[in-house]
Amino acid sequence: MSKSRKKMDLWNWVSVLLLLLFLIFFIYPCVRLMWEAFYTEEAGFTLDAFVKFFSKSYYFSTILNSFKVSIAVMALAMVLGVPFSYFFTFYRLKGRRVLFVLALLCTMSAPFIGAYSWIMLLGRSGIITKFLEGLGIEIGSIYGFGGILLVQSLKLFPLVMIYMNGAFQDIDNSLMEASANLGCSGVKRFFKVVMGLTMPTILAAALIVFMRAFADFGTPAIIGEGYKTFPVLIYDSFLSEVGADYNFASAVSVLAIILTGLVFLLQKFATSRFKFTINSLHPIQKKEAKGLSGVLMHLYCYVLIAVAMLPQFYIVIDSFRDYKGQVAQATYSLSNYQNAVRKLLGRSVTNTLVISVLSLAVIIVIAVLIAYLVVRRSSPLNHTIDTISMLPYIMPGAVIGISLIIAFSGQYFSLVGTMAIMVIALAIRRMPYTSRSATATMMQIPLSTEEASISLGASKLKTFVTITIPQMSSGIISGAILSFVSIVTEMSSGIFLYNNRTITLTLSTYSAITLGSYGTASAFATVTTLVTVVCLVLYLICTRGSERMSV
Amino acid sequence: MSVGIHIHHAVKKYGNLTVIPDLSVDIQNGELFTLLGPSGCGKTTLLRMIAGFNSIEGGDFFFDEKRINDIDPGKRNIGMVFQNYAIFPHLSVRKNVAFGLKNRKLPKATIQKETQDFLKLVKIEEYADRMPERLSGGQQQRVALARALVIRPDVLLMDEPLSNLDAKLRVEMRTVIKNIQRDVGITTVYVTHDQEEAMAISDRIAVMNSGQIQHIGMPKDIYQRPANLFVATFIGKSNVLEGDLKREEDGWVVTFENGYRVLAHTVDPNLAQEGTVLISIRPEELLLHAAGKEGEGIRARIDDSVFLGLNTHYFVTLETGEKAEIIQESQIDSILPPGSEIWLTVNVDKFNVFGKEDQKSMMRGIRNQMEAVSK
Repeated sequence: MSKSRKKMDLWNWVSVLLLLLFLIFFIYPCVRLMWEAFYTEEAGFTLDAFVKFFSKSYYFSTILNSFKVSIAVMALAMVLGVPFSYFFTFYRLKGRRVLFVLALLCTMSAPFIGAYSWIMLLGRSGIITKFLEGLGIEIGSIYGFGGILLVQSLKLFPLVMIYMNGAFQDIDNSLMEASANLGCSGVKRFFKVVMGLTMPTILAAALIVFMRAFADFGTPAIIGEGYKTFPVLIYDSFLSEVGADYNFASAVSVLAIILTGLVFLLQKFATSRFKFTINSLHPIQKKEAKGLSGVLMHLYCYVLIAVAMLPQFYIVIDSFRDYKGQVAQATYSLSNYQNAVRKLLGRSVTNTLVISVLSLAVIIVIAVLIAYLVVRRSSPLNHTIDTISMLPYIMPGAVIGISLIIAFSGQYFSLVGTMAIMVIALAIRRMPYTSRSATATMMQIPLSTEEASISLGASKLKTFVTITIPQMSSGIISGAILSFVSIVTEMSSGIFLYNNRTITLTLSTYSAITLGSYGTASAFATVTTLVTVVCLVLYLICTRGSERMSV
Repeated sequence: MSVGIHIHHAVKKYGNLTVIPDLSVDIQNGELFTLLGPSGCGKTTLLRMIAGFNSIEGGDFFFDEKRINDIDPGKRNIGMVFQNYAIFPHLSVRKNVAFGLKNRKLPKATIQKETQDFLKLVKIEEYADRMPERLSGGQQQRVALARALVIRPDVLLMDEPLSNLDAKLRVEMRTVIKNIQRDVGITTVYVTHDQEEAMAISDRIAVMNSGQIQHIGMPKDIYQRPANLFVATFIGKSNVLEGDLKREEDGWVVTFENGYRVLAHTVDPNLAQEGTVLISIRPEELLLHAAGKEGEGIRARIDDSVFLGLNTHYFVTLETGEKAEIIQESQIDSILPPGSEIWLTVNVDKFNVFGKEDQKSMMRGIRNQMEAVSK
């Protein structure tokens, strides 16, 4: 509402700069990707790649596979996560802090580490498999659909819990009492009232689980074997032995975006039917979990968390075990770590930290600026920038990786193989999440504090720095730490972009797994987990243990 | 240095929508001037134009001789108290109050002393090192006031400062504000929609509606001789009855619909026009008589009553079919039950007569300083 709006002030330049950045590093690569999908040197404009994709069931089945497994993961994660969160929010569970922290740790770990660990536990020569075989019990194969479902559901159900905790806490206790008063309580109330009140969040959680499962490259690559999914197909066609098929990889990428875009729109449509706000004045009163149902609730939560944590623990133990070739020995030492050090552990750690810190800095600065522009300087240009910043939400990491390679491998301006391109990829990947939470935080800040500052003689810049940003900081910092963890454990875009100089912890782990150096892989994975744990501790200190978070 | 505020032909537009078409007002140096009106009447818009947070589409705003239209909000030397207080949540009470002084790059010792003085003035010094979240609404209000005053502004602007407080605290804080304002002697523009609050606190009130000022005057003048029907009904309660005004031998006579005639000696002959008029009678200006001792008046039947201790409110239907509210000092004997027949007379000294068409007052002794605006 300021008078100087008509003039080109500082904020107009910020808008223009942000738009340019997005045009160069996001829109341009996307356009190049499209171009590549429809155009080849030999044939000019062509639909060959699409024809190839749809004519061979080997290719075409990857869509169905991705869809099937993502929907199954979504359903299972909801079925596991919603009751978990309900018990957690409505009852006074014993050791709830421990449950909460462990759940966070599960969902924050690198995606494929679970897959790798489950193979060592339940795979062909896994220790549990062997043990059960000794007892004469045959368990089915963990590879393929079932394995992906197991690994991803156990990794993603805590995400559902995080979402649902917030929604359940927003329910006004008097609504629960009113429902009971009108004769609807217990399980009936859960389905008729509680589910209805939290439907927008249930849908949001379902969407994010679907997107994560759909975009995940590491898990299906390691445990999927013959069960090929979209991101794996993109990776294979891009890095196949016969040379990179840019045209085909791009075409598959375009299809992937179209599909996730459709799912996104479908979810938006479903959510639009549940538009209401709850005026939460009376927070939920936690009840004691007593009697048989109390025991069952505790059992459910602890067993679930224990199963989900199992691969994490196993990896840590495994990292100290001696290996002869691919065969684990009964002795323990630090030999895996010594191997890891030879395999660039130091460089991986340094790269991981440098790349993550740089990406995070870029993300925070841009997200804060976008939030300010959208909330305080609402204009078509700024809303366009906001919308663009949200688009990567529907793009699997592999697609972002591939589009950057296509765009920036030219003769004149090449970024391939640099750290910069990895920073750009990660910044784009995480931008929607941070930008959303920064905007939400910004909306909470009353305009009047800024006006008060200006009327007390502070300049606009000073007001932004000393009044606006400090008020945003609590929201930003907690979000930033979570973003940092996802950046550290990110692989799906990096797998296309790294080389020996820019290798990170997750990529080192992955390459050790693919080379069959299992002990070394465990060592890398343990170091990754360690970084995650440190971040988590920082996060818990910063948020003073609040059970609300934005992911 | 406190200043007078002079606004000439102010215009405010949002796109094609004109919120304030043409508004002029003179606010005198050192007075507490209230903009009073229903929500959406443009009072906050006008305040924010003075503060510089709203653009000005036309007219001139002066602080004494200085035109402020194009001066940045931060350079107008204004103290502002916001509806939600706008206390910086990440700064302690002391830092909140010192914020404006620091921007003025004053010496450290001066900042410290001034901050302390004003914390004392608003009686909040014992909480100086607390964070705002640990203060009650009333305490936050005091911090906001200290923060606005410590910079020695030319003008203090207050935007519905009491609306977030509970009823009891509201009454307490309005006295605090009034006393501090008087002690500091600063020109203050106060926005509220609460007419009782406005009456209690103001030196003068401007009643606004639809972006236009309806009446400017002291609380007593506005209450007793409202310039038009809107002011009469917005300030306090008024029963509006229809009647007829006619010039007869012994003076101007008002005839109610049932034929009840009163001599309206308070009507201004220069303003009065014969014909249908609207008579606004406040609930305490209707005098209630028990049935039986019939005289000239309006007969009525009681629909309902509310006993409020000091007064008893009666809701009645007149014989003309019109509804009215009566306030009577509570009697020691029983309250008249619904259905009771009564008759009413009016307090001729106090009632107000308005033209039916223009709804303007025809009374003697209207003090409206709207026309007095200079230039």
